[in-house]
Amino acid sequence: MLLLAIPFTSTCGTTTLSAPDPHVDDIRVRDLPRIPRDAGGPVFAEPWQAQAFALAVKLSERGYFTWKEWSTDLAAELKAAEDRGEPDDGTRYYEHWLATLERMVTRKGLTDIAALLVRKDAWADAYRHTPHGKPVKLTKDLVR
Amino acid sequence: MQPQSEIHSHEHQAVPSDPVLRVKALESLLVEKGLVDPAGLDELIDTFQHKIGPRNGARVIARAWVDPAYKQRLLADAPSAIDEAGFHNQYGDHMVVVENGSKVHNLVVCTLCSCYPWLMLGLPPVWYKSAAYRSRAIIDPRGVLREFGLELAEDTEVRVWDSTAELRYLVLPERPAGSEKLTEDELAALVTRDAMVGVAKVQMPAEGGKP
Repeated sequence: MLLLAIPFTSTCGTTTLSAPDPHVDDIRVRDLPRIPRDAGGPVFAEPWQAQAFALAVKLSERGYFTWKEWSTDLAAELKAAEDRGEPDDGTRYYEHWLATLERMVTRKGLTDIAALLVRKDAWADAYRHTPHGKPVKLTKDLVR
Repeated sequence: MQPQSEIHSHEHQAVPSDPVLRVKALESLLVEKGLVDPAGLDELIDTFQHKIGPRNGARVIARAWVDPAYKQRLLADAPSAIDEAGFHNQYGDHMVVVENGSKVHNLVVCTLCSCYPWLMLGLPPVWYKSAAYRSRAIIDPRGVLREFGLELAEDTEVRVWDSTAELRYLVLPERPAGSEKLTEDELAALVTRDAMVGVAKVQMPAEGGKP
């Protein structure tokens, strides 16, 4: 038998769960995608994922938002991607994490979208103008 | 770094991918404002990459197997028992340990995002974050377990636990038969991440293999 263990009201959807309808489930189960597998795998596929992860944890630790707020927003981001029909096999997870982070910091007034865009362009310029082999740094006029 | 543009790539650096630039923009702005400390970021990343991982959880499980009093404390009050084992939870979430038995099998999922007991298991594997696992674990847990190569007896009750940001679950797997002579360290080496999520059982190593 399937027993849904529902602890208490909380963010991650437990409140909306209900016992599945056996007939509907037969159809749903047949059409379900298979689960991607890994063998341990790297913790982060690329360094930016680690940085995005750490930024969210540190900002929350400092009290700019609670982890519950974070999970709620991340869940909404994942749901929106699913609703757009994007395949969600877990490999794009940190892209959704990053989008959630941008949304969160602008919503909390820690920075704004314009500043993020200007700064992103500044970094792209810095890469274009830094000779190969030299560390990429933002210069004053690029930052501005 | 993957070159995104071939133009000037010989004399200048290739512009990194969009997410790389967005993260650099976020990080540099937040650091400038003093909202995050770059050393703290590096330390956190290092901790998650090198120090935290399923080994923490495996140590706790092995201890519960060899020490019945500890097991009772772990099931009654997981955060305190885990703290007692030397793993201090700084993330503020509550944790509950659920025990597998001969007639009960527990499976953990986070249906809406990817809540996971980081301190015990490190970061979640890619399948745990996939829409397929998040939806199917609830609808068809036996089918999911079968895909992971775990066929449960018909009379085994499957309990699915939905982790949240505030309450995360860890499975206490069954101690494998034939492991009576193993030390706590040897037992810890047998405990896998998948077993603590509930998609596998802990197995004794094949004949001749060392635990």
